[in-house]
Amino acid sequence: MNKPFAITLNVGSSLANKTGTWRTYRPEYIKRLPPCNNACPAGENTQGWLYHAESGDYETAWRTLTADNPMPAVMGRVCYHPCEGACNRGKLDSAVGINSVERFLGDEAIKQGWKFAKPAQESGKRILIVGSGPSGMSAAYQLRRLGHTVVVFDAAPYAGGMMRFGIPKYRLPREVLDAEVQRILDMGVELRLNTKVTDILKTMKDEKFDAAFLAVGAHIAKRTAIPAAESARILDAVSVLRNMEGEDKPMLGRRVVVYGGGNTAIDVARTAKRLGAEEAIIVYRRTRDKMPAHDFEVEEALQEGVMMRWLSTIKQVGDGGAIQVEKMELDEQGRPVPTGEFETLEADSVVLALGQDVDLGLLDGVPDLTFEDGVVQVGENMMTGYSGIFAGGDMVPSERTVTVGVGHGKRAARHIDAWLRGTVYQPAPKGELANFEKLNPWYYTDADKTVRPMLDIIRRQSSFDEVQGGLDENNALFEARRCLSCGNCFECDNCYGVCPDNAVIKLGAGKGFEFNYEYCKGCGICVAECPCGAIKMVAEEN
Amino acid sequence: MGFQPIKFYQTGTFTVGNRLLPPEQRSVQADMQRSNALNSGHRACQGCGEALGARYAIDAAMRATGNQLIAVNATGCLEVFSTPYPETSWQLPWIHSLFGNAAAVATGVAAANKIRAQKEGQAESQTRVIAQGGDGGTTDIGFGCLSGMFERNDDVLYICYDNQAYMNTGVQRSSATPPAARTATTMPVGPEPGNVFGQGKNVPLIAMAHGIPYVATATVADLRDLEYKVKKAMGMRGARYIHIFVPCPLGWGSASHDTIKLARLAKETGLFPVFEAEYGEVTNVSKIRQKMAVEEYLRPQRRFAHLFGKSPKLDVIARFQHIADQNIYKFGLLGEDKATVGYYGVESV
Ligand SMILES: Cc1cc2nc3c(=O)[nH]c(=O)nc-3n(C[C@H](O)[C@H](O)[C@H](O)COP(=O)(O)OP(=O)(O)OC[C@H]3O[C@@H](n4cnc5c(N)ncnc54)[C@H](O)[C@@H]3O)c2cc1C
Ligand SMILES: Cc1ncc(C[n+]2csc(CCOP(=O)(O)OP(=O)(O)O)c2C)c(N)n1
Ligand code: SF4
Ligand code: SF4
Ligand code: SF4
Ligand SMILES: [Mg+2]
Repeated sequence: MNKPFAITLNVGSSLANKTGTWRTYRPEYIKRLPPCNNACPAGENTQGWLYHAESGDYETAWRTLTADNPMPAVMGRVCYHPCEGACNRGKLDSAVGINSVERFLGDEAIKQGWKFAKPAQESGKRILIVGSGPSGMSAAYQLRRLGHTVVVFDAAPYAGGMMRFGIPKYRLPREVLDAEVQRILDMGVELRLNTKVTDILKTMKDEKFDAAFLAVGAHIAKRTAIPAAESARILDAVSVLRNMEGEDKPMLGRRVVVYGGGNTAIDVARTAKRLGAEEAIIVYRRTRDKMPAHDFEVEEALQEGVMMRWLSTIKQVGDGGAIQVEKMELDEQGRPVPTGEFETLEADSVVLALGQDVDLGLLDGVPDLTFEDGVVQVGENMMTGYSGIFAGGDMVPSERTVTVGVGHGKRAARHIDAWLRGTVYQPAPKGELANFEKLNPWYYTDADKTVRPMLDIIRRQSSFDEVQGGLDENNALFEARRCLSCGNCFECDNCYGVCPDNAVIKLGAGKGFEFNYEYCKGCGICVAECPCGAIKMVAEEN
Repeated sequence: MGFQPIKFYQTGTFTVGNRLLPPEQRSVQADMQRSNALNSGHRACQGCGEALGARYAIDAAMRATGNQLIAVNATGCLEVFSTPYPETSWQLPWIHSLFGNAAAVATGVAAANKIRAQKEGQAESQTRVIAQGGDGGTTDIGFGCLSGMFERNDDVLYICYDNQAYMNTGVQRSSATPPAARTATTMPVGPEPGNVFGQGKNVPLIAMAHGIPYVATATVADLRDLEYKVKKAMGMRGARYIHIFVPCPLGWGSASHDTIKLARLAKETGLFPVFEAEYGEVTNVSKIRQKMAVEEYLRPQRRFAHLFGKSPKLDVIARFQHIADQNIYKFGLLGEDKATVGYYGVESV
């Protein structure tokens, strides 16, 4: 034994001592479902694309986004962003401006000319899509990606559905819509305009379609029986807005009364202002907080000088546009009841914005369908009662928004694809929700939301220029970085740093981390100090 | 805060790493190549703050000295759990002396280094020395040796890992134990349960009174600040002292996963002021970011359980709050306030 004085053993390393045996709970890396993703009707992986935007890799961000939604520039303008309503950052300062970053990515893609890849292989299957609105175009895109031959029929002279014939230009410039529709067509999707489908089964048979997805929207204006003098000028909102797309702009006059409280009413009133009306008055039965329109839209309309008469109904429209309005009050249940008090408003025209019904004519004679409240019933897989005919968007029971339409299109496409192959599409199970309680918000720096610029009020009242501006690269990057990355590791290295036992192995940039269970004692510090809730403690089996 | 914190970049410099920052701006602990000075397999309890603090500090010192570092360790948990003969977790030359003489042994090592360097024709040794120990080994039994090392301005960085009691021998009171805390020797019985409300012994302030080049406090909850201070200390010569607040789940009766949280709360309540001082004057304080009531800090610890229960001891909790408020005032821990603590640790304004 050749050892120094009084030394009897070789120096040993503590690595011989496998402290992992002490553990009763083990940490595990997990991915939780961020609340924004969970709230997105189109099922976007919001957190996932923000992650790429955070590092300035906008193209990867855009490609991640468009896996679920092919029209980010449109979404970034018209989506009511329920994601932001659910965003955990709202509990810290204010929600991440997900929608503004989405618009930035969409605009960037148009600017840079980013394209969708054509499918690598053709399936040989032919799918008919009726309607080139958001739902139809979303389905067309997803089906084409899967290699199917897709033909879109639309009765209108231009593509886009309500994105073109409903939503006004000052909210959605047509170049933006055109660019995003064209990019889908460039994948090899065929579009037949001015082609109304009147008998779906016949069209399918004539052109040998293997399946169909219907997304005809809801375009028939609802009317209400208002006694009116013959000379009274009464119009409906959808026609007014549709005519805005034609050569002859609608004649509304100097004083316009709009009847209804939804988004359409607001859009018509704001359009009337821009067409030169001195007064645009919205008459609505209930109170402001009960209006179906979003509050920010009401606010923007008020800023532009649109006037509101809440708690009022139109009783009759007399000669020369004298409108008799009855005042309402709310009863104990919050329902409007007439008061018997009347007033007269002067108007050159009255525009009814009372909602839309679906024209279901093309389904006449199709067996096994179910209708309820004027819409077609579909299953979880978006298929109607008739095998091979799927439907989505405004014509099925749902919230009527562009984003819901896009989500339906995507879901239908996946089910159609499976159905064509004789299988059933199984969506991946939703992960556990990464709610605020799962986070350790200490680690995030304070950063207030970036506000998008608004057009000046004069131009908002006199032109159809876009009202809301976009973010530039700097503030889009800032906004993306406000994301907390809920439930998904963003490589902050906390777990790697805070482990008192060196039991976390860092695998390198983009590769994440692993636990070294030989030494992990299961203290749980890494779980407590992970800012975003991407680690979980799990009881050991024995 | 002495270093320039990065404000935004998602988590700025709050987290250990940050993929959005250039690598040179990331912490030593974020580095895949960190030395892991205190390696896996040590026998510290689950969630030990001392084990964590020691790795943070020694890794940073090894980085700062290009691994030319020797550590001298006083008796205590850190020594016992890291080095049961013949095993060791240490990845640097390391010597255990006695419970009370780490500072003196380190002085000796530094002197030997210096002689050797001079024999090789250099004025100073490139090999540096750190002495380290627990609060008992520092504020009580090792205090004479420590004061001597300060007074002679020996070229040693002394690091005290303060877990507020003699943990290794079963949680006995030290002069760093806070008031009201239950320990094996200050049971929660009688009219004033737990440790007494006394002056205690504030070694960072006493170290400042020696006028040594550098004194700092830090916690395991703020890695970037801790690394900055160790690096800065290793860039200086002479006697330096860093006092690191390290929660002890066993002795405090806290959950093993709460170690960092409690250190954060100690700082955010004002109970543990985090600052640095040069030649006896405070030069920087870490401001409170989210002010918290002391209760938030006390409640999760069973050593303070007797303050809560059915009839909470509001008067005792109020005395804690008073201590915190005094610290906030004296060190200027909030907003733009300036520290009023001077050479002798008393108010100078
Ligand atoms: C004024 C207004 C503003 C709105 N603003 C917003 C908003 O800001 N944000 C939002 O999310 N939602 C908004 N919406 C709702 C949104 O536009 C609709 O929910 C959405 O467009 C529905 O999509 P879809 O694909 O189901 O149908 P649509 O967009 O309505 O498209 C249906 C298409 O089918 C075509 N079609 C119909 N029948 C046939 C047929 N038989 N043969 C061939 N083609 C046919 C039509 O020409 C049309 O192009 C608004 C709606 C209106 C009216
Ligand atoms: C002279 C002497 N007295 C007593 C002891 C027993 N002893 C060993 S460690 C220790 C307590 C250490 O407490 P502290 O320095 O606070 O370190 P901790 O274990 O808390 O980290 C004691 C009393 C000893 N080793 N030597
Ligand atoms: S912080 Fe980011 S991941 Fe979390 S909900 Fe908001 S956008 Fe989604
Ligand atoms: S911090 Fe380390 S020891 Fe504690 S649970 Fe996590 S990996 Fe295991
Ligand atoms: S602590 Fe940081 S690095 Fe570790 S899992 Fe959580 S986000 Fe990822
Ligand atoms: Mg101690």
